[in-house]
Amino acid sequence: MSVLEIKDLHVSVETDQGTKQILKGVNLTINEGEIHAIMGPNGSGKSTLAYTIAGHPKYHADSGSILLDGEEVLTMTVDQRARAGLFLAMQYPVEIPGVTVTNFLRTAKTAIDGEAPAIRSWIKDVRQSMTNLRMDKSFAERNVNEGFSGGEKKRNEILQLELLKPKFAILDETDSGLDVDALKIVSEGVNRAKANTGLGILLITHYTRILRYIEPDFVHVFVNGRIAEQGGPELADRLEDEGYDRFLVDSNVG
Amino acid sequence: MSAAPTSTTAALPTSEQHGIKAHSDGRFGFVPVQTRNDRFKSVDVADFAPVTGREAVWKLSPVAKFTDLTAGELDGAPYDVASTPTDGVAIDWVGRDDARIGSVGAPEERAAANAWTSFEKALVITITGEEDKEITVTRAQLGTGPRGAHAIIEARPFSRATIILENTGDARITENLEIIVGESAHLTVVSLQEWNTGAVHLANHFASVGRDAYLKHVVVSLGGSIVRVNPSVRLAGPGSDTDLFGLYFADAGQHLEQQVYVHHDAANSRSRVTYKGALQGTGARTVWIGDVLIGRNAPGTDSYEQNRNLVLTEGTRADSIPNLEIETGDIKGAGHASATGRFDDEQLFYLQSRGITEDEARRLVVRGFLSEIVQHIGSKPLEDRLQAAIEAELRSTDEVRAPAPTEEN
Ligand SMILES: Nc1ncnc2c1ncn2[C@@H]1O[C@H](COP(=O)(O)OP(=O)(O)OP(=O)(O)O)[C@@H](O)[C@H]1O
Ligand SMILES: [Mg+2]
Repeated sequence: MSVLEIKDLHVSVETDQGTKQILKGVNLTINEGEIHAIMGPNGSGKSTLAYTIAGHPKYHADSGSILLDGEEVLTMTVDQRARAGLFLAMQYPVEIPGVTVTNFLRTAKTAIDGEAPAIRSWIKDVRQSMTNLRMDKSFAERNVNEGFSGGEKKRNEILQLELLKPKFAILDETDSGLDVDALKIVSEGVNRAKANTGLGILLITHYTRILRYIEPDFVHVFVNGRIAEQGGPELADRLEDEGYDRFLVDSNVG
Repeated sequence: MSAAPTSTTAALPTSEQHGIKAHSDGRFGFVPVQTRNDRFKSVDVADFAPVTGREAVWKLSPVAKFTDLTAGELDGAPYDVASTPTDGVAIDWVGRDDARIGSVGAPEERAAANAWTSFEKALVITITGEEDKEITVTRAQLGTGPRGAHAIIEARPFSRATIILENTGDARITENLEIIVGESAHLTVVSLQEWNTGAVHLANHFASVGRDAYLKHVVVSLGGSIVRVNPSVRLAGPGSDTDLFGLYFADAGQHLEQQVYVHHDAANSRSRVTYKGALQGTGARTVWIGDVLIGRNAPGTDSYEQNRNLVLTEGTRADSIPNLEIETGDIKGAGHASATGRFDDEQLFYLQSRGITEDEARRLVVRGFLSEIVQHIGSKPLEDRLQAAIEAELRSTDEVRAPAPTEEN
């Protein structure tokens, strides 16, 4: 059984005003098949955690470690991490002019599997996933994320999640910018992926509404660069009622 | 290319016509010293002073490297051309007294005038017949001696064709090509430069597009040491239409230049200029100057020009200078865009985060960037060939970026 362990992770970025510490000792263990929700206010460092796991070059891990089945992830290149089984659905997916979705998906699948997928079943899989996510066929020939609406970009992320079949997926605010119908469709996609592959999920969100469709096993409250409290699904309900104020009072001092 | 950081910093700020910013509404209170159409023209080389490199047309070119072409004696004899016989396409060599010679344009600089003064016979490609046809005309044996040449492509009224001018092998050549697009004709001309390393090619293409006629003109420059192809298109008849595409990929030490000029000289004419280039390796140099003149007698003009450059490594330089002169207030639209951007790290991260290696991600993005041009050529075999040529250029990028370890024995 796969496990992703984050141990005492400290992360900083270089800014114009010098080095800025963002993550201040994050500890988190996710087992295959588990869904962990991370909730926290704006600027608390949720995306930083996501990007650091994926290996974005802007974020510098000062200390601590991220282990995937005991292997240090922090020393891997971005593409090695993906091939090792990590997937990040981005808060702001990037546009790639001139590269079609079809070409991109096939190239990524080939890279992850180490060999080109069998053409017939691959085309069928892509079609099926697109239909499930209510993505029009025409998206296949469009350039990746170019001119996609916010909701379409998020579906395109989940399409990749379904097709690339990672061991662990980090979903960074996949729910934001989605109307209720799109939220359901995207959530179904995530649940389908989990049912098919049993992946572990780190679900980053502001709001509890996505948790109605994707049920977390654990909820972590993220404040000021670390996990301030954790519990079961009931913690999300409490946050819905009380907001983050209770946590912010402490962290704002100083 | 919206995602790449864009800037026009590579443009030289010295040009008199530079600084035209308020272009999209077609009104600006800036009158150039001399309109583009008033440049001195002559077919006689003696009418031009020796080239110094300070002239407007030469100031971004390495003129010292081809004084033989601007000032020396040129071999103006016919050369070997290869092509497959095609119905509706006639290829002949004609004498200097042929009436079509000089009917479209005349040199504005000394290398072009030297060619004009020197050529013995002109190569003429005449197109007739309304059915679509495609022909490739290849020059591969021009040799290393300095040459001057002249050619004409005449698309008779209502005719249709795609002419691919394929250039390979060695060359030191200056030449003029006149393109006559008759009424309602539909012509595609592709000039493909895949010269050997070391080749120097200076070309001026002069085109005249008749009433309701269409010209697609494509310049693809990949191989050669110095390649300068300057197309001038006069939209001469009402309803005339042109698409000018360019694709170039400059490697270390290569100079690839194009000075594009579109003259709207009739009502309801339309032009689109789209040039895209990639640069890699120390001393890779590209120049794009895009002049558009919307004349007094061109109401209803619809015009847009753009140049995009993608910088892949350090040590390159891309000049990109768009230029718009408007002499009539009554136009449908006119605008320009120019951007030179570095490889976008966020794109790289996104692709890598899906398991794609850095090298492959770069290839994917560059291929995507240039494919916009390739896809518009309209000849499937040629498109496939160009994709393969771009792949080959990209493989050499990998070598530039990560030189193979030298083996000791
Ligand atoms: N590249 C960067 N340069 C400078 N500051 C950064 C950078 N990335 C993040 N930060 C800062 O680090 C802090 C945490 O940012 P992060 O994006 O991780 O927050 P978040 O919890 O994802 O917020 P949101 O809910 O708004 O998405 C913020 O104060 C942010 O401004
Ligand atoms: Mg965020």
